[in-house]
Amino acid sequence: MLTTLHKQLLNDYQQNFPLSPRPYQDIAEALGVTEADVLSALTELNDNNFISRIGPVIPPNHIGVSALIAMAVPEQHLQTVADKISAHPEVNHNYEREHRFNLWFVVIAADAEHLDALIDAIEQETSYPAMLLPMLDDFFIDLGFKLDLNND
Amino acid sequence: MLDETDRKIIQATQAGLPLTPQPYQAIAEQLGLTSDDVMLRLAAMKNSGSIRRIGAVPNHYKLGYRFNGMTVWNVPDEVIDELGQQVGRLDFVSHCYHRPRHLPEWPYNLFAMVHGKTQQAVDKQIQQIADLLGDSNLGCDVLYSTKILKKTGFRTSNRPVTD
Repeated sequence: MLTTLHKQLLNDYQQNFPLSPRPYQDIAEALGVTEADVLSALTELNDNNFISRIGPVIPPNHIGVSALIAMAVPEQHLQTVADKISAHPEVNHNYEREHRFNLWFVVIAADAEHLDALIDAIEQETSYPAMLLPMLDDFFIDLGFKLDLNND
Repeated sequence: MLDETDRKIIQATQAGLPLTPQPYQAIAEQLGLTSDDVMLRLAAMKNSGSIRRIGAVPNHYKLGYRFNGMTVWNVPDEVIDELGQQVGRLDFVSHCYHRPRHLPEWPYNLFAMVHGKTQQAVDKQIQQIADLLGDSNLGCDVLYSTKILKKTGFRTSNRPVTD
């Protein structure tokens, strides 16, 4: 299903996407294909959700203040509580996980005050305490993730 | 420090660069800038670390990495910086953060996300982290996601997502 070109684009262009007037043309030249080939392959990857986008990736807390938050919610109330939380535009990930703390979500607020107000609002709406887990240090040097695309 | 124009460029590109021959030109026109402005500012933000990388953002799950575990570890504070950096360098770790403990119910202060195509692959990765931490591993847990309840690539309010 994935062609050689798809795989090259997935693995070799997670970083150093060209900052030039015709970046797709530059990639095409490097890979020995045409600009149209690169654009259609990327469009396919995008349309099939193999990539979520091509573009700049911003480290946490460079714009806005983010935090991971965990809640312990009885199973029968989980969906209702999760829906209330997800309704906030500041919430961009919300996962159920197998643990006593079974609801995990990430919020990004404009600043610390906005974050505090948001957490207060979420605690009031859901009546469950939020365990706040802000990032204290980021140990990850994001150079992309080496994908094993064989046997797919 | 980012100025207003930098922020606008970040915001305009968080849904992805346009898949048209001159994507920076398209962004520039949208913001009333020149394509040189856009490219120079993106390059400067990359150099300063405000942009971590520019490129394809793969969807691990869709590409066969169905086993995504949030591994959490209790590591002594004196060694967390050194060990955290080592864990962050492992090629199967996609995020690695120091976060606060909440005693007594949450003793873990080091978070590392791991991704594998099989449960066995992930088990092996977890063992590798445990081996690396050695005696500094005072306890650990692995939380697998059972359901994605919300995941937005682009936020509906006017601030961009981080990755």
